[in-house]
Amino acid sequence: MTLSPATRNLLRLGVGIGLAFIYIPLIVIAIYAFNGGNSLAWPPPDLTTKWFGEAIDNQGARDALWTSLRVGAAATAIALILGSLASFAVARFRFFGREAISFLVVLPIALPGVVTGVALSNTFTQVLGIDLSLLTVVIGHATFCIVVVYNNVIARLRRVSGDLEEASADLGAHTWQTLRFVTLPNIQTALVAGGLLAFALSFDEIIVTNFTIGAGEQTLPIWIFSNLFRPQQLPIVNVVAVLVVLLSIIPVYLAHRLTREEGVSARAGGAGAIAESTAVP
Amino acid sequence: MSRLRAHPVWTPAAIVVGLVAAMLVIAGCGGGDDNGGGSDNGEALKSVGPGEGQLSIICWASYCEDGSVTKGVDWVSPFEQQTGCQTNVKVADTSDQMVDLMRTGQYDGVSASGNATARLVEGGDVAPVNVDLVPNYKTIFPDLKDQPYNTFDGVNYGIPHGRGANLLMWNTNDVQPDPTSWSVILDPNEAKKYAGHISVYDDPIYIADAAVYLKAHRPDLGIESPYELDDDQFNAAVDLLKQQHQYVGDYWSSYLKQINLFTSGDNQVGTTWQYQYFTLLADNQPMKAPGADTGFVPTEGATGWSDTWMIAKDAAHPNCMYKWMDYITSPSVQAQVMQWFGEAPAQSKACEANEIAAADKALGLPPDPKFCDNYHAADPDFWNRVYYWQTPLANCGDDRGDVCKDYNDWVSAWTEIKG
Amino acid sequence: MEAAGVTAGGEKRSVGRRLADLFHGRPRLQIGALLSGPIAWLVIGYLGSLAVLLIASFWSVNAVSGELIKGFSFDNYKELLDQSVYKDVALRTIGIAGAATITDALLAFPIAFYMAKVASPRVKGILVVAILMPLWSFYLVKVYAWQSMLANGGFIDWALNPLGLSGPGYGSTAVWLVESYLWLPYMILPIYAGLERIPNSMISASEDLGANPWRTFRSVLFPLAFPAIVAGSIFTFSLTLGDYITPTLVSPDTQFIGNVIFSQHTNNLPLASAFAVVPIIVMIFYLVIARRLGAFEHL
Repeated sequence: MTLSPATRNLLRLGVGIGLAFIYIPLIVIAIYAFNGGNSLAWPPPDLTTKWFGEAIDNQGARDALWTSLRVGAAATAIALILGSLASFAVARFRFFGREAISFLVVLPIALPGVVTGVALSNTFTQVLGIDLSLLTVVIGHATFCIVVVYNNVIARLRRVSGDLEEASADLGAHTWQTLRFVTLPNIQTALVAGGLLAFALSFDEIIVTNFTIGAGEQTLPIWIFSNLFRPQQLPIVNVVAVLVVLLSIIPVYLAHRLTREEGVSARAGGAGAIAESTAVP
Repeated sequence: MSRLRAHPVWTPAAIVVGLVAAMLVIAGCGGGDDNGGGSDNGEALKSVGPGEGQLSIICWASYCEDGSVTKGVDWVSPFEQQTGCQTNVKVADTSDQMVDLMRTGQYDGVSASGNATARLVEGGDVAPVNVDLVPNYKTIFPDLKDQPYNTFDGVNYGIPHGRGANLLMWNTNDVQPDPTSWSVILDPNEAKKYAGHISVYDDPIYIADAAVYLKAHRPDLGIESPYELDDDQFNAAVDLLKQQHQYVGDYWSSYLKQINLFTSGDNQVGTTWQYQYFTLLADNQPMKAPGADTGFVPTEGATGWSDTWMIAKDAAHPNCMYKWMDYITSPSVQAQVMQWFGEAPAQSKACEANEIAAADKALGLPPDPKFCDNYHAADPDFWNRVYYWQTPLANCGDDRGDVCKDYNDWVSAWTEIKG
Repeated sequence: MEAAGVTAGGEKRSVGRRLADLFHGRPRLQIGALLSGPIAWLVIGYLGSLAVLLIASFWSVNAVSGELIKGFSFDNYKELLDQSVYKDVALRTIGIAGAATITDALLAFPIAFYMAKVASPRVKGILVVAILMPLWSFYLVKVYAWQSMLANGGFIDWALNPLGLSGPGYGSTAVWLVESYLWLPYMILPIYAGLERIPNSMISASEDLGANPWRTFRSVLFPLAFPAIVAGSIFTFSLTLGDYITPTLVSPDTQFIGNVIFSQHTNNLPLASAFAVVPIIVMIFYLVIARRLGAFEHL
């Protein structure tokens, strides 16, 4: 498309501003992590790295981190299984209500988190009569992690046509063999990508977690939230925040590389998959 | 286009079918768990055995200091050493939070104010307390025993902790002359001078403060108890607070946040507790809250609280809880706790000179032999002007019958007031 | 799973082999096996929970004991309609959600357009990564960052000082600002994907027919990209509608749908459930309209 240089530059400026808008708050937090003072005044009076040591020593933060890791792993595992099962069914078969499945899978994240949270907490405590605990948290997380895995796997399944599988069956392989030698290798990067994104989603989640967690437990976001109003803890929270941002970038970057390895960066399909798989809070 | 658009009507139809089916299943199974509810509160302990090694309690801010907030201020560690009960303290900001936490069944006890005790008893969340198992109970001030907020149907449900009044506090740089009445934040003509800088407790129970104000300024309403309000009285109080809303800068529930806001100057005048006031003073902030240590009460009177240690029904660690209740009401510990927070002790022996002196030394405070006098610890007449927090019930408790607003109404009204 | 060596006419068939034969040629069974897990989880678990929420909205609660009375009554809905505060809160929330969505659409489109049509492939790749990274990095940290920046004397005040202005502080404006910030990447990516799918030949054709860039945008690009914009807006709108963390942190004295539900859900679950029905209904409407506009292709 031909555009005048002025328009191009204007666009570049817009993109620059947009990127600045997106990154400045994160940079601000990173600087606060070195804040020598105790208040939120800007610019920070002096810089120090002592908070990093204190954060690592903080028992509450460490416990919360461990809890988050466990919950994330469990939720991801469940989501991987259920998400791939569902995507297989939708991608490879036609049946009544097929379109409904796509809609259904998206629903947990299309509806506001607070609704999901209240509904789940309600069901746990009133209908099932069980206490809130880490298990209920895992169930909640898995529910909307399913869609992340589903989107990734189904995008890949659509690109890898069913012909390969039919050929495999024609050559005498039965269901499991086809699965193991043909299908799985083709989708494994999508599975890993979906799993990584699901993990990141669970690691980050607070809106629904607040409703489904037991009184004595804390995931990392819950720990951060509960310490946000304690002035003495603020510096440690800043450090934890920075570390967590850095940590969560890694799985996302890896997932991105995996779904782009076929060189589809310039193609709508790749971007679509990324857009689909990232369409979660 | 995509095959997915082939049957546009099936998707919502399928969802609806799924939903209806699920609803029928759920409705058919009926509701599941039922809250213990009603009068099933279990039995009081018959004797205190050896400690279970653990304890989980819910406390108001700074009631259960364990050295983590301020170095050197710690009466939890000595308890742990003496009894072997490793104590997990959960600080709650409001009575509602305390009730919610107790309902999870994961805590052994709570320092409940009067606007929580009735709900906990009614909800079957707490068990009666056998006061004979708490030796220090004998020397608790008599006007704290067998009160409507800790004794129900003649059965004791807790051990008194201490009592105090809610304070009016102001920044002397911004507010002159010194106010003597709640009108400074409740009368629109005065409140508007501090628009955006008024700090008010974020809890439906604050409606009682408006009622206390109206009791003095609108005698036509005939308000007796600020917790038992019929339609006219209640609506007047709610209207007053709706007017106040436009001048309020902050509805506080986190006491730490309130300290921040007064320090930064965002807040200049408002309701608070003794703990925040003393913390600000220690930080050299120009605050004044004469109610904190002179027995001053604004002309209309004030709301306040008398807190009670309650034990959970089916507590996991009842022995440790009883040991805690006895420990926290022992003279030396009371002398520390009360001076640290700034409230009147429940334990009469805490007022003995040697206890006060020892506590001052332990906390690093200047000696304050007049502590108990200042706080009217042994002065029942003073407490007649303080309206302890209570749970509003439909039954007015007088000849009006059941026309009073209950707690649900207060909660709804509070949501409305905050807008 | 069985060993790889399968003999043609083999006699010993392991369990795995027999299962495979069972499934072979029986698509219904395969579908059933595949779907039973997810369906059970999503329909019974998730939809069921929503159904329970609906049912709970008809219950009431004993004010003093906190006991839930599982009868059937419209009291909660009556209260929602009678008390003006709930209407105010709902309208305020919907308004901010709409404002944030429009803001994001306006900000996202130029960026997405640049990425899709103007940037070189290398820059495009970098930009996609640059937009993607913060998307996933911890929602709470981002809100917290804004809370710090909007504080009195914080970053925003400091940045605006030379201009003689001061920041908006906490309040509804802050909520609009933060929500727009949070969900911007969710708007950029679908629009980017949608624009990518528009073949360049169409744009060339439009230019060949004599249209200037603005006309091309108005008559070709925008209509084709519109479904993608709507797709992105589903998330910005829905995520803002239910957010209670952001209002709690940057607008502690105004209430939004999210924090009313959150603060009431332990105290008065039926009322919270009834109020939760409001965003559900709003979102269903939104989703139905979005569907008509073809947004589901771009999800």
